[in-house]
Amino acid sequence: MKNRTTVERKSEREIVVTRTFNAPARIVFEAWTKPELFKKWWVPKSMGMTLVSCEMDVRTGGKYRLVFGQGMAFFGSYTEVTPHSRLVWTNEEGGDNGSVTTVTFEEKGGKTLLVLSELYPSKEALDAAGTGAQDALVETFQQLDELLVTLGASAGQA
Amino acid sequence: MVQYANAGLDASFAALSDATRRGVLEQLGRAEASITDLAEKFNMTLTGMKKHVGVLERAGLVSTEKVGRVRTCKIGPRRLEEEMAWLERYRQLWDARFDELDKVVEELKRKEQVDGRKKRE
Repeated sequence: MKNRTTVERKSEREIVVTRTFNAPARIVFEAWTKPELFKKWWVPKSMGMTLVSCEMDVRTGGKYRLVFGQGMAFFGSYTEVTPHSRLVWTNEEGGDNGSVTTVTFEEKGGKTLLVLSELYPSKEALDAAGTGAQDALVETFQQLDELLVTLGASAGQA
Repeated sequence: MVQYANAGLDASFAALSDATRRGVLEQLGRAEASITDLAEKFNMTLTGMKKHVGVLERAGLVSTEKVGRVRTCKIGPRRLEEEMAWLERYRQLWDARFDELDKVVEELKRKEQVDGRKKRE
């Protein structure tokens, strides 16, 4: 059974995503903080984008930089790193309009509740985040959803 | 590109950013209620509840009607479709990401088990 991703818009400027993973916090945290693991999942295959490089200096004050094949780069710095429980980073490629992302990992009975919050400097910036890059992806994600349903159905029959 | 950001969307997200107002909507989703009923349920003054209902009404999420001396509130007239569409697109991105993350996490778990077994041997 697939774990559900929930999204809640907490305020004009903040959006929160939650999801439970079937693994202890140290494992989930590892997947978020080791670049060779991070780049395996951050860009879903269905996005049709390739990550050319992924540099992550995961410690308080450290920087990260993701470069895509299309020449786009995302970068910022980690303002808080608490192993296995909390990560905070800024997003700086948009100048002053960047968001602050906080990820918390809470372990319970061998599972990890992950809560990701994105806080934007203004309502307009958050609205744009929701209507920008994702627009192009809707169709591909729907296809992915369909594929997952098909896979789930055939696994159920087996 | 479909433009989802508009004044209506702003008003309803602002209206939905408050826990009491979300509670009121849930309540009204089940049944109509008067402002007095709502004030009692949420343990607040009539004036406080009037303010909350006012915000929801301006966002088009709640409509009120005066019947005799009582003002009843119900859901509507605006549906939450635009808000839902906005959130759904955001959710799809994270859902796709997290499906991939699941795979990475499973792989790490398997590795740990194998390593643990090797150590014991």
